[in-house]
Amino acid sequence: MECENILLVQAEFDGELDAAEALRAAQHRQTCAACRDAYAQLSATHALLRESAPRHQAPESLRRAIRAGLNVTRDAATATPPPRTLRRWWRDSASFGLGAALAASIALFAINPAQQSILDQVVASHVRALQPGHLEDVISTDQHTVKPWFDGRIDFAPPVKDLAAKQFPLLGGRLDYLNDRPVAALIYGSDKHLINLYVWPGSGEPLPKTAARNGYNTVHWSENGMDFWAVSDLEAAKLNAFVRDWRAAG
Amino acid sequence: MSAEFEAVVLPHLDAAYNLARYLTRNPTDVEDVVQEAVLRAVTYFGSFRGANPRAWLLQIVRNTAYASRALVRGAVTVGLPGEETGAPTAPELIDHGDNPEMALRKHEDHARLARLLAALPVELRETLVLREIEELSYKEIAEITQAPIGTVMSRLWRARRLLAAAVQAEEGR
Repeated sequence: MECENILLVQAEFDGELDAAEALRAAQHRQTCAACRDAYAQLSATHALLRESAPRHQAPESLRRAIRAGLNVTRDAATATPPPRTLRRWWRDSASFGLGAALAASIALFAINPAQQSILDQVVASHVRALQPGHLEDVISTDQHTVKPWFDGRIDFAPPVKDLAAKQFPLLGGRLDYLNDRPVAALIYGSDKHLINLYVWPGSGEPLPKTAARNGYNTVHWSENGMDFWAVSDLEAAKLNAFVRDWRAAG
Repeated sequence: MSAEFEAVVLPHLDAAYNLARYLTRNPTDVEDVVQEAVLRAVTYFGSFRGANPRAWLLQIVRNTAYASRALVRGAVTVGLPGEETGAPTAPELIDHGDNPEMALRKHEDHARLARLLAALPVELRETLVLREIEELSYKEIAEITQAPIGTVMSRLWRARRLLAAAVQAEEGR
């Protein structure tokens, strides 16, 4: 027998409720066996789809045809393709959530004009990094490989942390050029999404500021003489969790 | 303008392709639908003011697919013997880290789920794909499918229930 509250329970499952409503739904499940079963079924179906539903990626030929149609010349055609697994990372990430509805609703803390320009550059760099062959220069999930790689390539030592235990595995690093200087870009994964964390010496405010641009979310903060910009198509709450975990990690 | 279009819209090409693939019959039709949709998107991009280019592009893809004769309506029109319903091709899915048996089983799981999804009525299938695969919010799905949020919620529930029942029926046989 189906309970009349089933859509409420489903909305709770989908994370569509505010805290008060979610509490109400969770309390309802404690007293309603049908909704408890339904919730378990929702989890099982979700897991099955996550594991086995085909996620189709646009073939390279289609991508090329569209680019050609747009009359856009890109260096992607001549770039060496990165290894398979990482190529899938950026492809998946290009196709997955940008949470722009959420992004549009989060409060934009006051970002000054200089930061606006950096915000544009950071988001553009993140998008560029998602193009074939542009994501990573050093591919390693080992922070002790990634950190020394930057030695001699830039004039500072970026802090490299692995957050695999927190569901944000380190995927690699890259040299980038932002704000008129070479910067370190650390690449993290989160489920099917990618996070670029840009680091360079600077001294801004330690309090994280969030902003959204073209559907990408960003968080900016400073600590220990470094400026940090995290960019991703992750929803804002998840990206904030990444920043919190990253700052808390030793 | 084309540089801006490329930066704003093209990152969502995989999402566009994925949705088109779930809505239309075979890979050739899918590419036609996506190309046509991108062409329309270029045309309308000048008037695009929204904050959500992905939902915007997916809405165009969906409308284009619905206008195409290749639309898979589900339930009645699919499930014919031997019909290719958009099951993934092997090289696309096989992870080279897997041993051959694992890879084969994965491939079979993918093919089976693709078949069961294709059998869902199209309005349930698109809602489910947008939620579970594209991870969109109810509000975004409502925009893309041009349906009220309440309708999105009940379609989603029906889609999930039907799929779970179909999976159980197959496993019990």
